[in-house]
Amino acid sequence: MAYDKFQVLTSTAYPLPTENVDTDQIIPARFLKATERIDFDVNFFRDWRYNQDGSPKPEFPLNKEIYAGSKILVGGRNFGSGSSREHAAWSVYDFGLRCVISSAFADIFKNNCLNVGVLPVQVSVAFADTLFAAIMADPKTEITVDLPNQRVTLVVTGVSESFVINTYKKDNMLNGFDDIDYLKNIENEITAFAKTRPF
Amino acid sequence: MANTLFDKVWDSHVVRHVQDGPDVFFIDRHFIHEVTSPVAFLGLESRGNSVVYPARTFATADHNTPTINQHLPVADPLSANQLDALENNAAKHGISHWGLGDENNGIVHVVGPENGITLPGATIVCGDSHTSTHGAFGAIAFGIGTSEVEMVLSTQCIMQPKPMKMRINVTGALGLGVTAKDVALYIIAKQTTSGATGYFVEYAGDVFEDMSMEGRMTVCNLSIEMGARGGMIAPDEKTYEYIKGRAQTPKGAAWDKAMKYWETLYTEEDAAFDVEFTYDAADIEPMITYGTNPGMGMGVTKSIPTAESLEGGVETYRKSLGYMSFNEGDSMIGKEIDFIFLGSCTNGRIEDFRGFCSIVKGRQKASNVTAWLVPGSHKVVAQIKEEGLDKIITDAGFVLREPGCSACLAMNDDKVPSGKLSVSTSNRNFEGRQGPGSRTLLASPLVAAASAIQGVVTDPRTLLV
Repeated sequence: MAYDKFQVLTSTAYPLPTENVDTDQIIPARFLKATERIDFDVNFFRDWRYNQDGSPKPEFPLNKEIYAGSKILVGGRNFGSGSSREHAAWSVYDFGLRCVISSAFADIFKNNCLNVGVLPVQVSVAFADTLFAAIMADPKTEITVDLPNQRVTLVVTGVSESFVINTYKKDNMLNGFDDIDYLKNIENEITAFAKTRPF
Repeated sequence: MANTLFDKVWDSHVVRHVQDGPDVFFIDRHFIHEVTSPVAFLGLESRGNSVVYPARTFATADHNTPTINQHLPVADPLSANQLDALENNAAKHGISHWGLGDENNGIVHVVGPENGITLPGATIVCGDSHTSTHGAFGAIAFGIGTSEVEMVLSTQCIMQPKPMKMRINVTGALGLGVTAKDVALYIIAKQTTSGATGYFVEYAGDVFEDMSMEGRMTVCNLSIEMGARGGMIAPDEKTYEYIKGRAQTPKGAAWDKAMKYWETLYTEEDAAFDVEFTYDAADIEPMITYGTNPGMGMGVTKSIPTAESLEGGVETYRKSLGYMSFNEGDSMIGKEIDFIFLGSCTNGRIEDFRGFCSIVKGRQKASNVTAWLVPGSHKVVAQIKEEGLDKIITDAGFVLREPGCSACLAMNDDKVPSGKLSVSTSNRNFEGRQGPGSRTLLASPLVAAASAIQGVVTDPRTLLV
C-alpha cells in the first residue's frame, strides 16, 4: 500500500520507556477483525490508553496533550515483540507517527514498519536514554531524523547518532516505493527459479 | 566452507541477492488465515495482480472461529465477515480452503504438518509469527506481515536479509514430568524475550533427537518468543516416518527423489554459528511463567526473582508483576487459579492431550476451575476419540471443545475475564492476551492438568508418582 515518502523529519516525540512492548499492546487481537485497512489509530494501544469503561488514562504518554501531534515515538528496548500482525505498524502510521526510535526492535515489527512507511530507527541504549531524559526535561524537545544522512539528532543540544538501514530499504523509504514494485520487475527471473524447485 | 542446515535451505531459495539489501527469497509453501490475509488480497486486486502460484498457498480458518457449535452460522458479524472474505478470496484465486467444519480444518500450524504440506527443506511462511512451528521438519519457516502476504501471493517471493545463526544444544535426558514445552520455556527464560532477535536457531543435541515430532513442533513454535525469526531441527527417521503417506507428501519416485535431497539436510561438522549455547537437560524442571512475557519463566517450584537479581529495567519488571498482582519472592505453587486452557499451535496436538489425560485420568476437575480443552484440528479430535481419551476427559469433569486458536489470543468468545488467572498451554502471557485484564501463566499440558485437578498451581510430578 502506498505511503508518503520519508526524507527529513523534525518533530517532538512521545516517550514510552517501557521495555518489551508487544504488538498485543500496540493493537489488541480483538481489534483485528477488519477486512480493510481503515482507522487503525482508533485502537492503537487501546488498553494502555483507555480504561475498560472507555475513559482515557490521563497518565499514559499518548494521551498527554503536551505531546499531541508528535510524529516520532521513542520506545523502550525490544519494541514490537510478539505477534506478526502488520495491524500494529498500520496503527502506528494511522496515529500519525512516521518514526519509532528504540535501542532494539523485534524483527517482524521492524520489517512491517519498513513496508508501511514507518521508519524504525535503532540507536544505542545510551542515546535512547539521552532522548528520554531530554523529553522528560522538556516535553517540547524536538528530534530530527535525517534519512538521507542516516542521522538522528537532538535539536536543542545538537548531540546526534548515526543509524543503520540498508541502501535498498532506504531508497524505498525516500521514494515511497515498496517491495512488490521490485519483485514484479524481476518476474521472469522468479518464474525461471520456480521451475527449479523440487516441490 | 562447511554449511549449516539453515545455510543449505536458505541459500537454495535465494533468487537473487540485492546489493546492500535483502535477498529475494523464494517461498515453497504459503499458509493464509482469515485475520492477516484480507488486506493482502485487496492490495493484490488494487494493483491488478493475480495469484501467481495458487497451488503453493493454503487457506484455513482458525484465529477468529468459535469453538462450540461450529455447525451454526458464526454469530459475530465481524468474524463471519472475515471468514467469508477468506473463503471468497480463496475461491476467486483458486486456492484450497479448509473452512469451518471441513475435516481438514484446524489451526494452520497443526493442519500443515498433518496434511503433509510441511516438508523438510521447504521454505514456509504465513502471516502468523508461530509459523516457526514448521521448522521441526527441517524447513525454514517464519511469520510475515500482511504486505509480505501480498508479495507471496503476487510473486511467490519476499525480500529478506539472511538472519544470523544461533545453535542451541540441550544434552542429556529429560526428567519425569518434563516436556518439550518446559524445554522451550527454559531456553526462553535463559535467552530472555529478545535474546535471539536477529537470529535463526538450530536446535541440536540428544534432547531434540529423542523428542517426538509433536514435541519438536512445540519447541520450534516458541522460537519467536525469544525474538528469533524461527527455529529448526535437522530431519531424521522420525521426521520421515511422520510425513510418509500423508495427503500431500510426495509419493513413489517423487518420494525417493525428495529423500535424496532431505538426507543432505544437516549441519556439517565444521560449520560455524554466530553464537552457540549448550544447556543440560538435568537442570530443566516443569516450568511456569510469572510475568507478562514468555521470558519471565522459572521452574514451577521456584520463587519469583527480585528485580535487582535480573538484567533489564526494574520499572518494567515491577509493572509486569503489578499487572499479575504478584510479589517478588512469591512461590507459584499453591496460587489459586480460575481457568486452564489446553490447546493452541503450541500444545494442541495429540501428544498434549495424552499428557493431559495421563494426569486427569481417574481424578476430578477442581470446582473453582473453568477449563477450555481445544484440540488443534479435527484430525486431533478424531484421534482423541479413537484413543478413548474423550471418555477420560469427560469422566474427570472436563469438556472437549471444537478446534481453533481460541483462548490463545481470545479473538473469539473464549476470553479469560479481567483479573482471572489462567494456566495456559499457549505461547503468550502478554497483558490482556487472553482477554482484557486476563492474567496468564504459561506452562505444559501436565502442569495445566495438575493445576486443574488441584485448583491451584501444582507441580505435576506430585501426581505422577
